[in-house]
Amino acid sequence: MTSLLAEMFGNTRRFLERLGALAWFSLQVLRQTPAALLRPRLVVEQVYHSGALSLVIIMTCGLFIGMVIGLQGYDLLQRIGSEEALGVGAALSLLKELGPVVTALLFAGRAGTALASELGLMRATDQLAAMEIMAVDPMRRVVLPRFLGGLIAMPLLTAIFIVVAIFGVQLVGVQFFGIDQGQFWSQMRSAVEPGDVYEGLIKGLVFGMSCSLIAVFEGYTADPTAEGVARATTRTVVISAVVTLVLDYILTALML
Amino acid sequence: MRQSRAIDVSTGLFVLLGMTAILFLVTQITNREFKWGDESYRLTAQFENIGGLKAGAPVSMAGVTVGRVESIDYDMQAFKADVTLRIDARFDKIPNDSDASIYTAGLLGGQYIGITPGNAEDVYHDGDRVEFVQDAIVLENLISKYLFSQAGKDQADAAPAAQE
Repeated sequence: MTSLLAEMFGNTRRFLERLGALAWFSLQVLRQTPAALLRPRLVVEQVYHSGALSLVIIMTCGLFIGMVIGLQGYDLLQRIGSEEALGVGAALSLLKELGPVVTALLFAGRAGTALASELGLMRATDQLAAMEIMAVDPMRRVVLPRFLGGLIAMPLLTAIFIVVAIFGVQLVGVQFFGIDQGQFWSQMRSAVEPGDVYEGLIKGLVFGMSCSLIAVFEGYTADPTAEGVARATTRTVVISAVVTLVLDYILTALML
Repeated sequence: MRQSRAIDVSTGLFVLLGMTAILFLVTQITNREFKWGDESYRLTAQFENIGGLKAGAPVSMAGVTVGRVESIDYDMQAFKADVTLRIDARFDKIPNDSDASIYTAGLLGGQYIGITPGNAEDVYHDGDRVEFVQDAIVLENLISKYLFSQAGKDQADAAPAAQE
């Protein structure tokens, strides 16, 4: 009994410790951002690594998610006899929820793990310490460009994901099931407000911030062992997924 | 150097693709396809009840969209809804006794304003008011009218029966 209590106490303590460290880390990131922007070269490189290289998986998943929405949406809507509403339903659900959330989960899996394991390995092989010795701030030289790269890449990936998914819906709805092309697009256009698009992009930006921050934090503070790097990578995915879904609820409640 | 240039090109492509996607979402998916410069004019109309009409709803003639509802306000003097319509300047020969009615698109669709042309010689100009209007049909009013008329009929039926 006492050991159980002690364990719980220990776990809570460790959680608070990590949370405090994350807050401290975020503050540092925030403070260093203007300095990091002075070297855009490094940021561009990271936009390539987290953004351009995630493009294929984002587009493939987007296409298939769109096609599934097409199938399920058509099946649901033809029961109540309004198949033409497929465009509206699919566009709104993709813009407001599915697009940003699924992109963030894929981003955490594709780019987040790469960031965390790269930084963790740098830590384990003392590369970060070596930089400090050479009076190079690893925060500014390594962490910040990766964070900013992810931040820039996520909204763009979200937008690409949504567009590809809408074409997936269109492929199934219009080409396979023969919904009228004109009605599909015009109903979508008349129902979707610009605000819905901005909502999706804002979510993409916020998720990009949270996912990249968690990835670089976990990597930067990983234990300098093989096991530590592995644990940091796992934690990146788990924490990113949970934080994304919790933030999604909060953002939806705020913007609805 | 060569490798970093290849990275630049793909990054540029990626950013371009992302920007195009955002542009596509904002312009093609939303209802902002109508571009209003100076080539449009305003009409106003007052309705007793506009139902679910919203700003941005289409204004159509014979089913063709000729403009949009720009704004909706409440007139405290007349106790009516003040609706401002923006009509595309291409459609500048609308007779000034034309009437505006609020219709519903489909069973569950949004509401829009339909203009039925009259046969006056003069046409509407910027700032004119549409005098002949027809309010939105509120389903509850229709049902209650129907119910009351049925109740009246039942009483009428019942009265001769009582006399017999």
